[in-house]
Amino acid sequence: MSVKIVAFCCNWCSYAGADLAGTSRLNYPAQVKIIRVPCSCRVDVQFILRAFVRGADGVIVCGCHLGDCHYSTGNYHAEGRLTQLFSLLDFMGFERERVHLEWISAAEGAKFAATMDAFVTQVSALGKNERYRNMYTKAGAQNE
Amino acid sequence: MNEQEKMRTRAKELHAAGIIKQVLAWEAGAFPSYPAPAFFTKPNAFEKIVYNEFCTANLSKYVINITEKTLIFLRPCDAHSFAQLVKENQVKRENTYVIAVGCEGCVQVDEGEARDLLESCRTCTKTDYPLFDEEINTQNNPRESTNKAARFAEVTRLDSEENTARYAFWQAHFSQCIRCNACRNICPTCHCKECVMDSDHPLDGQFYHAIRALHQDGRCTDCGQCSRVCPRGIPVHLLNRKLIYTSNK
Repeated sequence: MSVKIVAFCCNWCSYAGADLAGTSRLNYPAQVKIIRVPCSCRVDVQFILRAFVRGADGVIVCGCHLGDCHYSTGNYHAEGRLTQLFSLLDFMGFERERVHLEWISAAEGAKFAATMDAFVTQVSALGKNERYRNMYTKAGAQNE
Repeated sequence: MNEQEKMRTRAKELHAAGIIKQVLAWEAGAFPSYPAPAFFTKPNAFEKIVYNEFCTANLSKYVINITEKTLIFLRPCDAHSFAQLVKENQVKRENTYVIAVGCEGCVQVDEGEARDLLESCRTCTKTDYPLFDEEINTQNNPRESTNKAARFAEVTRLDSEENTARYAFWQAHFSQCIRCNACRNICPTCHCKECVMDSDHPLDGQFYHAIRALHQDGRCTDCGQCSRVCPRGIPVHLLNRKLIYTSNK
């Protein structure tokens, strides 16, 4: 069974890291769909929740290492915001393992591939996302 | 002389001295147990100011964007919300004259009968007033709060449960949600002119509650109004409290 993964990658580090993984001919699972964002702090909590209700089984946010942000402090904001989101989702009974935050630099193509491998394995173990998708009511889903 | 008498007297004195133009307080509602927030502009109406244990509404929500010098009565929980609004530039401090009033907790009214203290009052840890110009009977406030442990008891209880049990707990509550937006409208820190929840996409159930809680993250003063006004009895304040608990750690 193949799970769908959405990866939000920051333009300056993780996206270049994914590029490096590609040019280095490293394999990582094809069901990872990358969305390029200017900075990891651009990822609003609604993006993540919307990805889930639209059928993603896992969402991973990748950014520059702390201190390396192109905009100086963006990834600190992302970390604060996502820590709160993850703790709230856990509190509401959603599987904590379906969301992940990882710092990947432009030079870490191998780490990018390894992270995606590990995350896909982790989400595959949980199977299809049922709880998150129920976030929308049926009426809401029809209007989408 | 009790608080109510003192409040009326001070309102008259301040109005006569020309310090204030209007008063924001509680007036008698349709039932004695439901006092409603109200603005008073004429001195002869100041006799209608009511203050008792049924005054559950948080007045600080109503001072957002006032333009005239207003006398406002604040209890500790209201005063914290008020301070937050001043911090966020939603209220001009010079447009307000704040009187801190003593508070020993509000009583829950259920089908016309007074019940126990409100949940937010039972777990209230606020005994101080961040901002005020003068005080009335604040010496009665419980200075040493015994509620600190009780405040996060429900959060930690849910946290210690299984993931599935928590999911079932919230599903049972959120399936009751009618999206009346009462929890949003009553919240003192919800003051965006345009709300993301009013978009064309119906964001229902858990989605709405997750976003609502996260938008209050770091600004919520834990006044408990959101749960008080919920017509379906959803403990929405627990989500905010969980976020406070996480950031405190």
